[in-house]
Amino acid sequence: MAVQSKTKTNLITASIIIFFSILSLIALMPFVFLTLSSFKPGVEMIQNGLNLRLDFENFSLTNYGYLFTQREGVYLHWYKNSIIITALQTGGGLLLSSMVGYALALYKFRGRNLTFILVLVVMMVPVEILLLPLYKLSIALKMFNTYHGAFLPFLVSMTGIFFFRQYAIGMPKELMEAGRIDGCTEYGIFFKIMMPLMKPAYGAMTILLAMGSWNSFVWPLIVMRENVMLTLPVGLQTMLTPYGNNYDMLMSGAVLAVLPIMIVFLFNQKSFIAGMTAGSVKG
Amino acid sequence: MSAANKTLRPKTIKGILTARGVFPYVFILPFILSFLIFFLYPIISTVEMSMQSIKGFDTIEFIGLKNYRNLFNRQFFNALSVTARYTFWTILILIPIPLVLANILNSHLTKGGNIYKSALFMPALTSVVMAGLFFKFAFAEQPTALINSIIVSLGGEPYRFLYTKTGAMIVLVLFCTWKWMGVNLIYYMSALKSIPAEIYESAEIDGANSIQKFLNITVPSVKPTIIYVLTISVYGGFAMFAESFTLFNGARSPGDIGTTLVGFIYNQGLNQNNFGLASAAGLVLLGMVLTINVIQLLITGAFRKEA
Repeated sequence: MAVQSKTKTNLITASIIIFFSILSLIALMPFVFLTLSSFKPGVEMIQNGLNLRLDFENFSLTNYGYLFTQREGVYLHWYKNSIIITALQTGGGLLLSSMVGYALALYKFRGRNLTFILVLVVMMVPVEILLLPLYKLSIALKMFNTYHGAFLPFLVSMTGIFFFRQYAIGMPKELMEAGRIDGCTEYGIFFKIMMPLMKPAYGAMTILLAMGSWNSFVWPLIVMRENVMLTLPVGLQTMLTPYGNNYDMLMSGAVLAVLPIMIVFLFNQKSFIAGMTAGSVKG
Repeated sequence: MSAANKTLRPKTIKGILTARGVFPYVFILPFILSFLIFFLYPIISTVEMSMQSIKGFDTIEFIGLKNYRNLFNRQFFNALSVTARYTFWTILILIPIPLVLANILNSHLTKGGNIYKSALFMPALTSVVMAGLFFKFAFAEQPTALINSIIVSLGGEPYRFLYTKTGAMIVLVLFCTWKWMGVNLIYYMSALKSIPAEIYESAEIDGANSIQKFLNITVPSVKPTIIYVLTISVYGGFAMFAESFTLFNGARSPGDIGTTLVGFIYNQGLNQNNFGLASAAGLVLLGMVLTINVIQLLITGAFRKEA
C-alpha cells in the first residue's frame, strides 16, 4: 500500500516536471530562435521565415559586425540613446516618486487623500489615450528629438508613488521623531535617515522603472523623429521594412538589446519579481 | 503644533521651505506638476479637440459633437471589435490558466518550481518589438516558417496567419499569453502563500477532493488577486497597440484585421492629421475603460472591501 502510493506520487511528480519543462521551453523558444537566426544571413529569413533549419556552415558573426559598421553605426547611436534615456528616467523617477510616496505615507496634510486619489486616477487611464494631446504639447515645449522629451511626461511614475507609499507606511515613525530631536530638518530626515531605510524599495523600483524605460516604445516612436535620436525598440522597428534590406542587422540588434535585461535578471531574480508585481494587492 | 511653531521662520524663503507644514507640499510638488502639465491639461485639450475640426494649423473650427457622430463608421467599429475580441480572449486565457498552474507549482508534489517560475517570467522582460520579431517571422506565410512547417508536417496546408482575421487574432492572443502568463502566475503564487494550510487540512478531513478544495477554498481566497488581474487585463487589452504595430509594420494592417482602437487613434491623428476625430475616439475609449473597470469593481465588490 505504502509502496504503491509512493509510486503514484512519483508518477505525478514526474508528469508535472515534464509538463512544466515543456511549458518553460515554449516560453524560452523566442529567445532561442532570435539568437539562432542572428547568426544566419538575413536573406534566409525573408525567404523562409523563422525556422528550425540549422546549417552551421552558414553560421557567422557577420551580422554582429554589421551593427558597428553598417549605416554609419546608427545602431550604436540607438544603444547610447537607450542607455542615456533609461539612466535619466530611472534616476529621476526613483527620486521624485519616492519623495511623493514618502510624503503621502508619513505626513498628515490638507489634500493628502485627494492627492492619493489623483494618483490612482492617473494609474487607471491608459497613456495611449493621451498620445495626441501630448504630441501637441511636445510641439509647444520643443521636446521632439530631445532626450528629456522621450521621458519627461512619464518621469513621475504613478506605480512608483504607489509602491513607495505602501513601503513607507510600514516604516518606524520614532526614527523621524529622533531625527527631529537631533536637529534634523524634514529634508534631512528623508535624505539621511529614511532614504537609506527604503533601500529594498529602491531596488525593486529601479528594476521596474529601468525595464519600462528600456523597453518603452510608443512614446519614443512619436517624439523621436531623427534617425540618430531613436531608441533601440523604435530603431529596430524601423528596420522592419517590407523589402527586408536591413534584416541582417535586425536579429543581431534585437539580441544585443535584450541581453542586458536578461543578464541583470539572472542575478537579481527576487528584486525583479518584486518590482514587476509591485502594483499587486497583497492577497 | 508647538514644534512647528518653533521652527517656523516665515520671514525667509528658507524658513518657509523648512517649516514642517510646508514640507509635504514641497515633496508632492513633482506629482502636482506632472499631473497638471502631462495629465490634466492633455485631457482638457483632448476634450477641446474632440469638438473641433482641425485642418492644418490655422483653420480650427468648433463643430460640437460632429466628430462623435462621425465615429459611427466601419473603421471605428472594426477597431472596436478587434480590441474587444482581443480583450475577451486574453482574459479568458490569462485569468484561469495561470491560477491552475500556480496551484500545481505550489503543490508539495512539484520539484524545481522556481526554475519554471523564472523561465515563464522571462517573456515579460522583453520589449514588445523584440518579441514581436519572433511572432512575426514564426507565423510568417512561408511553408518553411516555424508554425507553418509544423502544420505542414502534420499534413495541413500552410496558413497565412497575418493576412486573415482569425489568424491575426490568434497571433495577437498567443503573443499576449506568452508575455503575461508568468507574471500572472507569480501574482497568484504569492496570493496562494497567504492561505493557511489548516483550511485545506480540515477540508481534507471532511473528505473534500482536490477540485472541491480548489473551487471552495482557493478561488474565494485569491479573489482580490483575480480582481486585480482582471483590472490590469481590461486596461492592457483596451490599450493594446505596440504588439499590432510591430506585427503589421505600422498602425495599419491588411484589411484592418489587427488595427486596434489605439491604432485607429494613431492613424487618424498622426497619419491623417484628423485630430478632432482621433480625440473623440480617445475619449470614447477612455469612457469605456473606466466604465468597464467601475462595473467590474462594483460586481466583484472590491469597493465594499476597501471601505
